Amino acid sequence: MSQVSSVQPVLVARDLGVSYGTRRVLEIPAIEVMPNRVLALIGPNGSGKTTLLLCLALLLKPVSGKILYRGREITDGAMVLRLRRRFAVAFQEPLLLNTTVGENVALGLRLRGIDSAEIKRRTGYWLERFGIASLAQRNARALSGGEAQRTSLARAFALQPEVLFLDEPFAALDSPTRQSLFGDVVNILQETRVTTVLVTHDRNEAQTLAHRIVMLMNGRIIQSGTPREIFSAPVNEEVARFVGIENVIEGKIVANRDGVVDIQVNGSIIEGISSARTGEFVDICIRPEHVTLSLVRSSTSARNVFLGKITSLLAAGALVRVSLDCGFPLVALITRLSADELNLEVGKQVFASFKATAIHIISVK
Amino acid sequence: MDLIIDGFKQAFLLLIHGDPRVIQVVWLSLAVSGSATVLSLCIGIPLGSLLGLARFPGRRFIISLINTGMGAPPVVVGLAVTIFLWRNGPLGVLHLLYTPSAMVLAQFIIGLPLVAGFTLATIQQQDPKLRLQILSLGASRFQMVWILLKEARLPLLAAVMAGFGAVISEVGASMMVGGNITGQTQVMTTAIVGETSKGEFAVAIAFSIILMVLVYLVNLILTALQQRSREN
Repeated sequence: MSQVSSVQPVLVARDLGVSYGTRRVLEIPAIEVMPNRVLALIGPNGSGKTTLLLCLALLLKPVSGKILYRGREITDGAMVLRLRRRFAVAFQEPLLLNTTVGENVALGLRLRGIDSAEIKRRTGYWLERFGIASLAQRNARALSGGEAQRTSLARAFALQPEVLFLDEPFAALDSPTRQSLFGDVVNILQETRVTTVLVTHDRNEAQTLAHRIVMLMNGRIIQSGTPREIFSAPVNEEVARFVGIENVIEGKIVANRDGVVDIQVNGSIIEGISSARTGEFVDICIRPEHVTLSLVRSSTSARNVFLGKITSLLAAGALVRVSLDCGFPLVALITRLSADELNLEVGKQVFASFKATAIHIISVK
Repeated sequence: MDLIIDGFKQAFLLLIHGDPRVIQVVWLSLAVSGSATVLSLCIGIPLGSLLGLARFPGRRFIISLINTGMGAPPVVVGLAVTIFLWRNGPLGVLHLLYTPSAMVLAQFIIGLPLVAGFTLATIQQQDPKLRLQILSLGASRFQMVWILLKEARLPLLAAVMAGFGAVISEVGASMMVGGNITGQTQVMTTAIVGETSKGEFAVAIAFSIILMVLVYLVNLILTALQQRSREN
């Protein structure tokens, strides 16, 4: 890891600001794109993640701030054009031209003045890699959504870019198509180790692909860190909900014994690990998959055991989402097998338990 | 009834024998309208692209002028050009009035807003992200516009046809700035008006047939292209 920290970033943005009219849509004090790493920009719609991607890809000029390429500030238009020819972008929409699939994949190479033998070689290779070699002579207008997006991605990878920008490339595809293409892209990214900036609102994509995640909301960076940091220690309720933590319960610290806290929640006491002081209000984050259910009070190490009444049962694939009323609302995600063994039904009373170490506590300001 | 049958009979004879006067008039029509269309394209496509892609002060005003120009009556254009080219007018020294050049100028003014307007509409229909995609592939500004126009080739061809169709069938402006001088500035439309007023229906019908066939051919090509683009 010490080696990584000494590596110079490919792109750095400082004090980046973008406004549409009088509305400030982006305000980024600093962000770095590290070589051979995947940086995921995540956040809800309208959070500014695509705007940030366009700025970094030098396709949108920010109203303030600067962007540095390997330590050098990007100044004139000639430098922008030169750098764009080292980058590649694939958008959510395939944006293909009205010509053959092969010509679409070759277009960027032609614009970059690559010689024709090399264009032929790379086009052939990447059409093959994306499984669309048989479509090379087909008109791009006659493709399915998945084939079109494969063409768009082959066009980007064929450029062998120094930085690859992917703006929600899987978002518009139906589920089976998305899964197969996503799998291919995961393999190709791991193999090529190309520096990538990925915009997505899908937490699973970010978790699978990213080395580092930047979470945006309302044009600002709310949190950045490794996927583990973001997913296990979100900084606020919005991030927690975004990363799939369904249980966010408000409480108040009533005792702190060397980091082990008692949190009062509507008459119950939940135990957790936190540096928050007595009297502070907090949000308690519990992943639904960390909640276990049983019919008898189990004698495990779990201190947080609550009797709750089932308010709803919802099957979700191989899992069952169980909503409970324990004096506070709590959602548990258990396997269908467990649900059958426990003979769960709405109105039934069960014990819900979770470990003090499995919960994440956020101080509410 | 005789008048019509007789008219058609004579018209066919004129066409089949290749009457020199008829040929001269058809040739001038094609030359004047063709030149005017080419000029409209040379100015109209860059103008429409600029209005579609760039933002600058006065842009909206120019677009409103173009939209008005697309529906402007040719006879008003004819009047304006006549005033400008009149002996004591601002451009009177050029002595262009009642020459084919004046007709090209008038038809260019009629065709320009059509071509610019069609180009603008075509560019605006394209996904704005397509521009970013093309730039990201490494295109310069000029290359990007060229690729966008190539992408819009079918609707632009429709603009060409519409422009040519409009100027070749226009009569008011050609009449005013050309003067319908036999052998010099007479084109098909002005000839039809002139011959009809003299009661020479056969010649008028002959020109009408040629004009209709031309307009039909233009539409035939357009339809074929639209069908091809739909099949793609």
